[in-house]
Amino acid sequence: MTEVYLNSKFAGNVDNATEFVESIKEERRKSNITGNLNVHFNENSDKIEIDVSRGRARRPLIIVKNGRPLLTEEHIQKLEKKEMSWSDLVKEGIIEYLDAAEEENTYVAFFEKDVTAEHTHLEISPLAMTGLATSLVPYGNFNQSTRLNAGSKNQKQALGFYAANFAVRMDMDVNILHTPQVPLVGTIMHEIAGYDKHPAGQNIVVAIMSFKGYNMEDAIILNQGSIDRGLGRSSYFRPSTAEELRYAGGLVDEISVPDKDVKGYKSEQDYRLLEGDGIIYPEAVIAEGDVIIGKTSPPRFLSSLDEYSLASSTRRESSVNAKHGEVGVIDFVCITENEEGNKLVQVRVRDQRMPEIGDKFTSRHGQKGVVGLVVPQQDMPFSASGIVPDLLFSPHGIPSRMTIAHLIELVAGKTGALSGRHINGTTFDAEPEERIRKELQELGFRENGSETLYNGETGEAFEAKIFIGDMYYLKLKHMVANKLHSRARGPIQLLTRQPTEGRAKEGGLRLGEMEKDTFVAHGASLLLKERFDSDKTIVPICEECGLIAIKDEFKNKSYCPLCGENTPISNIEISYAFKLMLDEFKSLGIYPKLQLKGKY
Amino acid sequence: MIPKEYQDKLSKSIVDELEANIPSNSSDAKIKKILDATVAEYQDAQVEAGESVGVISAESIGEPGTQMTLNTFHFAGVAEMNVTMGLPRIIEILDGRKNISTPMMEIFLKKPWSTGKDIKQLARLIKETRVKEIATEIAINIVERTIEIKLDSEQMKALSITEAILLKAVQKPVKGYNNKIKDDVLIMKMKGKDDSLNDLYKAKEKVKEVQIRGVKGITQVLPVKRGEEYIIITAGSNLKDILKMEEVDETRTTSNDIFEIEATFGVEAARQSIINEVYKVIESQGLNVDIRHIMLVADTMCASGKVKGITRYGVVSEKASVLARASFETPIKHIINAALIGEVDKLNSVVENVMLNQPIPIGTGLPELIIKTRKKE
Repeated sequence: MTEVYLNSKFAGNVDNATEFVESIKEERRKSNITGNLNVHFNENSDKIEIDVSRGRARRPLIIVKNGRPLLTEEHIQKLEKKEMSWSDLVKEGIIEYLDAAEEENTYVAFFEKDVTAEHTHLEISPLAMTGLATSLVPYGNFNQSTRLNAGSKNQKQALGFYAANFAVRMDMDVNILHTPQVPLVGTIMHEIAGYDKHPAGQNIVVAIMSFKGYNMEDAIILNQGSIDRGLGRSSYFRPSTAEELRYAGGLVDEISVPDKDVKGYKSEQDYRLLEGDGIIYPEAVIAEGDVIIGKTSPPRFLSSLDEYSLASSTRRESSVNAKHGEVGVIDFVCITENEEGNKLVQVRVRDQRMPEIGDKFTSRHGQKGVVGLVVPQQDMPFSASGIVPDLLFSPHGIPSRMTIAHLIELVAGKTGALSGRHINGTTFDAEPEERIRKELQELGFRENGSETLYNGETGEAFEAKIFIGDMYYLKLKHMVANKLHSRARGPIQLLTRQPTEGRAKEGGLRLGEMEKDTFVAHGASLLLKERFDSDKTIVPICEECGLIAIKDEFKNKSYCPLCGENTPISNIEISYAFKLMLDEFKSLGIYPKLQLKGKY
Repeated sequence: MIPKEYQDKLSKSIVDELEANIPSNSSDAKIKKILDATVAEYQDAQVEAGESVGVISAESIGEPGTQMTLNTFHFAGVAEMNVTMGLPRIIEILDGRKNISTPMMEIFLKKPWSTGKDIKQLARLIKETRVKEIATEIAINIVERTIEIKLDSEQMKALSITEAILLKAVQKPVKGYNNKIKDDVLIMKMKGKDDSLNDLYKAKEKVKEVQIRGVKGITQVLPVKRGEEYIIITAGSNLKDILKMEEVDETRTTSNDIFEIEATFGVEAARQSIINEVYKVIESQGLNVDIRHIMLVADTMCASGKVKGITRYGVVSEKASVLARASFETPIKHIINAALIGEVDKLNSVVENVMLNQPIPIGTGLPELIIKTRKKE
C-alpha cells in the first residue's frame, strides 16, 4: 500500500505504486489529463506525490523510450517547415515538462550519443540547465558555478534599452544606456531572446594590467577619451507627481503658481521656472530646491481661525520640488486625470550620467568593479597598432575567482572584432577556443591574445606582454551620483534633536556603540564628548528640587515650577537625549533628582 | 644580594630572575646600575593610570572572535568524542554556565600506570557501566512476576564483568528481589507476594539504570599517549571521585568544568582554569590574543570570590551605576528597582557619562584640575 498525496494533501492509497505512476505519466503524455501535472514516487518513504499547484519551476525534456529519443529527424524537418510547432510536440508526448520532484525519478542523458536503454529523458540542449540570464554568459561552462551565478545576477542590474516606448512612460527610477550594442561574443540565447532588440552593454577594448595601483581591490580604470566618445553614457529618469486632492467641505488642492500670501511661501526665485499653469516647462534646467509643480492646499484644520487674515492666505503651500541633491532637465510633462477624476500632473526629470569615479561596471562573469580612476587618453597605454584600451582590469581579480570564461571571451572578442563576425559562445556548445586562437594568429596577432603595450606617459614598451582584447561590458545601475552624501550640519529629529538618518533626509552618519568604544580605548575622553555634541543643550536646574527649571527669555529670569523664583538655579550642559529620558522618567512617576556639584 | 628597596619596587618573579642571572662577583655599583635600569624598564612596561584596559581587552578578544570557525573538535578512537570548541565554547565559559555542553577530564596517572601498564583495564574501570549496556533485552514476565534480563555475554566479556559482579551490583539498589543467573539470563523474582505490577515495572526501570561499575558521570573513556606518558581522556566529569583513586596523579588531573574546579580546588584554580580554557580555544583557532587580556576577564569574573559570568545576572549586576546597568540589558527592571529604593548614581564610570555627554573619566578625561583658592579676608 502506497500513500498518494495530491498537492501535499492525502488523497488515498494504491497497491502497485510503479504501475500507478506509469499510468499517470502515460495519460499525461496522451494529453488525457492536464500537462501541468507532475508525479513523484518516493521509494524511501513509500509515497506518491502528485502536484498541480502553481509556482513550481519546470523544464522541458525529450522523452526517451527503449533507448531511443522520441524526437526524430522527421519531427525536426517538420518543425523547420513550420508544419509543426513546439506545443504540438508537447501535445504528442514527445517533450514533457518536469518539476524538481519528478526529476528525481528520471535518468537524463546529456547528448543523444549517450542515450542507453536505462535513460528516461534526453536533454534538449545542455544550455537548458541554466536560466535565461545565466545562459547569456558566454563560455559559461568554463566558469566556477558561483561566478556564473554572480554574473547572471549582475546582468539583471545592467543599464540598457529596457523598453522601446520609454519616452512616453512614467517609470520610477529608470536608466537608458545611450549607445547599447549587441555583444560580439554571444550565446544562442541572445538570438532566442531577441537580445539585439534590447541590448544592455557595450563592446569595449579591455587590457588586463595594473595601472599605478588605481585598480586594486576590483577597481577598474577608464579611458577619458572613450567616455568622451560615449562609453557608458546613460540617462536617468525620475518622475514627480502632483494630484489635486479633494477634501471634505468641497475644498480642493490647486495646481498653480502659489500666491505670495500663501502660508509657507518659498521665494520668487524658487518659482521662476513655473509657467502660468503652475507647471514647469520642458527642457528647463533645474537644481536642488527648485519648484517643479506649484500647488496649494486648503488649511489643514477648518476651525483654525486663530490666524487673523484673509481666506486665501490660510491656504498652505504644498508644491513638489526637486529633492536634495537632485539636478537635471525637465524631459516630459503630462497632464491627465486619475481613477478618481482628480487632476494629475506628472513631470519627468532627465539627467545625463557620464561615467565617473565610483560608478559600477561589470563583465558578464561576475567580475564587477568600481571605477577607480579616469585617465586622459594620451596617458593610457597603447599598442603598436595604435589601439588604446577603454578599460584596464586588474590581473589580481583572476586567480582566486577562476573565471576562465572572462579570459576566453577577451580572446574571442578580439578575434570577432578583427574578423568582423559574431562569435558563438554558448555554454557547452561554443566555438572551440583552439579555432579562435588559430584564427587570431592568422589575422597577424599572437594566438594567446597578448600584445606589447607602450607606456602612454613615457612611450617606453612595457616589459611584460599585456593581455588585451574586446569584451562586452555592462554599466550597472549603482551610480555614485545617486549615493554620494555628506553633511556637516543639517536637519535634526524633532523628538531627540539628534541628526536625521539617511541620504534622502540629508542625515548624519552615526557614530555607533562600537565606534564609541574605540574612542574610549584610546582614552580620548574630550574628543568623544565633542563627537557626541550633536544634541547638546543647556538646561536650567533647580538646585532645591533637582528638577528642570524654566527660563523666561522675555523677563530673562529663571524660575522653578515647584520651588518658585527664590531658589538657586544653575545652567548645566547635557545631551538632549538625556533630558528626554528624565522627562520620560517623570511621566512614569519616577522622580529623577539631579544633585549638582560645583566643578571647581 | 638585591637590596630591600629594589625588592619592593619590582615583582617577585623579576627579582628571582635577577638573582639567578647576575654573576656573584659583580660589584655593588654594577648591580645598582643593573637594578636601576630594570626598575626603569619595569615601570615603563606598566599600564598607565587611566588606560582603558577593559575596553582594550574586550576588543582584543572580540575582534578575533568574529573570525572563529569550526565549533567542535573531534577525537578519533575506539569511542568517538566531540568537544565543543570555538565561539560557542568561549561564550559558555565567559557566561559562566553551570552546565557546560561537553564536560571533559584529562586524567594523569602515577607510575607505573602512566607508562601504559593496564591502561585499558584502568580506563574501563573508570567508565560508568550500567545494566542496560550489557543487556540485550529487558522484559517483565507477568505470570511469574519476574524481571528477565537477557545478558550480552560477549559484551560482558569485553568489559570483563563477571556474573558475580553483576549480581552484587544489582543486589543493593533494587531491594526485595531474589536474583539468579541462568543461561545468560538474569532473573529477578519478587520476594513478597502482593506486589503490584506497577511496582514491578518501576523496579524494571530502576534496574536498567543500575551502575555496575565505574565513576558516576564518566560516559566515555579514551586512553591516549601524550608525549612519553599515557593519560586518560574522558567525556563527562567527576573530579571529586576520580581524585580519590590511588592510580590518579592528583596534581595534574584536571577537568574543563570551571564550576567543578571551583568546588574542588577553589576560586584561584577556577580563575586559572578560565584562562587556560579560553586560551586553548583561541590557540586552536590559530588566532593570537595576548594572554593578559584573558587574565583580566578571568580576574573580573572571579573578583567577588565566586565565579560569575559576564551576564546581567553576573558581573554586570554588580556595577555601581544604575544607568550603566540599565544600558546593558533589561533597563526597565533596573530603573524601577532604583526608583523604588531611591538609588543615587554618582556618575563615576564611562557609560553614564557618555549618556549625559560629559567627559568620561578615562584617559585624558581622568585628571582634574584642583585650585586652592585663598580665603577672602
